[in-house]
Amino acid sequence: MIHQYKSNGYNIVLDVNSGAVHVVDELCYDVIACLSGQDGTHTPKTLKDGRALALLKESLGDRYIESELAEALEDVAELAEAGQLFAPDCYECLLDEVKKRKTVVKALCLHIAHDCNLACKYCFAEEGEYHGRRALMSYEVGKKALDFLIANSGSRRNLEVDFFGGEPLLNWQVVKDLVAYGREQEKAHDKHFRFTVTTNGVLLDDEIEAFVNREMDNVVLSLDGRPEVNDRMRPFRNGSGSYSLIVPKFQKLADSRNQERYYVRGTFTRENLDFSEDILHFADLGFKQMSIEPVVGDESDPYAIRESDLPVIMEEYDKLAKIMIEREKSGNGFHFFHFMIDLEGGPCVAKRLSGCGSGTEYLAVTPWGDLYPCHQFVGQEKFLMGNVDDGIVKPEIADDFRSCNVYTKEKCRSCFAKFYCSGGCMANAYNFHGTIHDAYDIGCEMQRKRVECAIMIKAALS
Amino acid sequence: MKHVKTLNTQTFSNTVKKGGCGECQTSCQSACKTSCTVGNQTCEQKK
Repeated sequence: MIHQYKSNGYNIVLDVNSGAVHVVDELCYDVIACLSGQDGTHTPKTLKDGRALALLKESLGDRYIESELAEALEDVAELAEAGQLFAPDCYECLLDEVKKRKTVVKALCLHIAHDCNLACKYCFAEEGEYHGRRALMSYEVGKKALDFLIANSGSRRNLEVDFFGGEPLLNWQVVKDLVAYGREQEKAHDKHFRFTVTTNGVLLDDEIEAFVNREMDNVVLSLDGRPEVNDRMRPFRNGSGSYSLIVPKFQKLADSRNQERYYVRGTFTRENLDFSEDILHFADLGFKQMSIEPVVGDESDPYAIRESDLPVIMEEYDKLAKIMIEREKSGNGFHFFHFMIDLEGGPCVAKRLSGCGSGTEYLAVTPWGDLYPCHQFVGQEKFLMGNVDDGIVKPEIADDFRSCNVYTKEKCRSCFAKFYCSGGCMANAYNFHGTIHDAYDIGCEMQRKRVECAIMIKAALS
Repeated sequence: MKHVKTLNTQTFSNTVKKGGCGECQTSCQSACKTSCTVGNQTCEQKK
């Protein structure tokens, strides 16, 4: 399976099954398009047996002379020989192994506070309450959650715990106590906890900053971009804006971490489809690590992304990619999470087949200790899997999530980006189609574009 | 090759035998929380 496209003056060929990425000239681009359009199952042998050249002469003979076509075909055959073009899909047979493997829990999203001091309009957690009541996680529940994680992690050494909310700083003492408990336990069980926290920054102070820098592997700082954009969607409960209070704190924290191991993370909606301006605003504030995600919302929400918004969004991603290349070349680059792609040392096939791990390797824990497949399912009773006292009491939910992958979703099978998103977000699929065994189409369109841009940036900077 | 510049030397199939240790980061824990991005993650064994 081959995906080829032109972007920013580059002719790019992605060999989907091998993950090989080639930048080619116009002639080779046309040759590959002709061959893959005719039959996607070429082998080095069929490419050399004369029929391929005959096909090229017939289809492209009016534009290129025979010697040119033959020369390009030689390159194509060489790539095929190396397993970097027309590579067969040899992973489906691994699926049984992936499905049958005994998964362990390696990551928890601790909902340390179902409460928030902001009232963001698009919050899927409904101002922290998740369709339920306000609550703070007790130390006892948190401790049981960490014990559950250790007990269910098998031989996995690296364990991840994200302090999430609502707003985790509203329950800061419990966060500190749980980190101390985790550090004690990791020695006893030969584990390593990677703690992270996601915060809106309202309560961030010097003491919290020092603790975060000492203990947290990563910190996610929620901010939407330009002052007017942020304050429209992320007001305090009294309606006033949060930007001016938060930004100086985030800048200080990012600098204190040497601009590493953090993300400033925003959400864009159809009210700021020019979101590249918000990313550049982050960069101009001095941030080096950033992410801006499309909003997740019901189609009826006025701010939700609609299919008709996609052309504008695609242009924004293109625009951003070009600016990022310029800035990188001028020594003033920054990282945008969704344009990061690791072509050399990226995830293994097993990881690409198993997806995000929700419901199996990754679980969310509510303030009262209930377990859900991920933070986005919290509050939907149908997905309640168990609790920290009894463990998983509905293993069939985990089985359902484990069975879901890029080969079981029809839309993914034929998608060139399947090994980069691994089937996408199951919560999004459920929210839009009522089943995790589907894909959120608008999200897929954006994901494909981001993969294309990420690869083009690699080409430009190579 | 005259007409092609390949950006990567590793292919997915190279990771079939050695992969699957599971020590890598869970995708949603990094920055997204509302989508799923796996391709930008780094293999723990190659750190």
